[in-house]
Amino acid sequence: MHNVYIYILCMAAVTFLIRVLPLTLIRRQIKNRILRSFLYYVPYVTLAVMTFPAILGATQSVYSALAALVVAIVLAWRGKGLFPVSVLSCVTVLIAECFV
Amino acid sequence: MTGHKYWYKRGLKDGLPIGLGYLAVSLALGIAASRAGMTAVQATLTSLLINASAGEYAGFTAIAAGSTYLEVTLVEAVANIRYLLMSCALSQKLPEDATLGQRMLVGFYTTDEIFGASVSVPGKLDVWYTYGLATPAAPGWALGTLLGVIMGDILPLRIVSALSVGLYGMFIAIFIPPARKNKVILGLVILSFAASYVFSTLQVFAAVSSSLKVIILTVVISLLAAVLFPVKEEEANADA
Repeated sequence: MHNVYIYILCMAAVTFLIRVLPLTLIRRQIKNRILRSFLYYVPYVTLAVMTFPAILGATQSVYSALAALVVAIVLAWRGKGLFPVSVLSCVTVLIAECFV
Repeated sequence: MTGHKYWYKRGLKDGLPIGLGYLAVSLALGIAASRAGMTAVQATLTSLLINASAGEYAGFTAIAAGSTYLEVTLVEAVANIRYLLMSCALSQKLPEDATLGQRMLVGFYTTDEIFGASVSVPGKLDVWYTYGLATPAAPGWALGTLLGVIMGDILPLRIVSALSVGLYGMFIAIFIPPARKNKVILGLVILSFAASYVFSTLQVFAAVSSSLKVIILTVVISLLAAVLFPVKEEEANADA
């Protein structure tokens, strides 16, 4: 039988290395224009990729999730911040699932 | 206006919805942990040390299956490999004189949401903003895991369902405003949605973990954009 705490230690160690190594090793501003541009685009692309279609499977019904997605995009487009967008998308699901 | 105190407070304010969202999402994680045979202490410790939903879930599953230490480590690495990219991107966001300790702490708390909020500040990142984000977010994550193990399935499904969409709402609030201002980013968001959808439906990629899909798509699409639309110096510093 394996020791659960050693499992946890292995998981924590490898995750820590992945998160910390680039941050500690890359200390200077990268000069290469393509590489700089790549890192500039990474956040937006990665967040968009993680959002869709994963959001559709997050709730009990695809339709309530779809409604939340639309509401969130419209609110964010109008300049609403993290908190209102997040809370109102939850409220949208709550309301929508009363009807589904 | 731009002191550490200002940034820490602003981090706390933006971290609160992240913490609430985590509380909801990690409930489900806690339930999964208890099904995998973890105790409340073990599951909570894992959440305190790892702060990663997909990674922890993958780890719990592997542990429940009686995998070796090496296998669990590899599973964990694959599930969390996207943080390597985020860490690279953050390295360009930190001031060059950030200390080793500051870099390690920012790295430790690089979750999807804390990363997203950290890169969305204009100019260089004050590490105190990230600390502010983590202050409510990390305990929220651990507490939710704990409650998930203890309370199991007694929570109303409707509430869990509504809360679980909150983190996506946050992502959307991060990438939509710059997409509105910048046509290239708008195009990338649409392309990312489409490509991600296609990837999720193709049988060929069924065996590829969702974290690996995120990596592949992020690298391919961002690289394409970097070659076709390289950003100007000022642009990269101002809004990234």
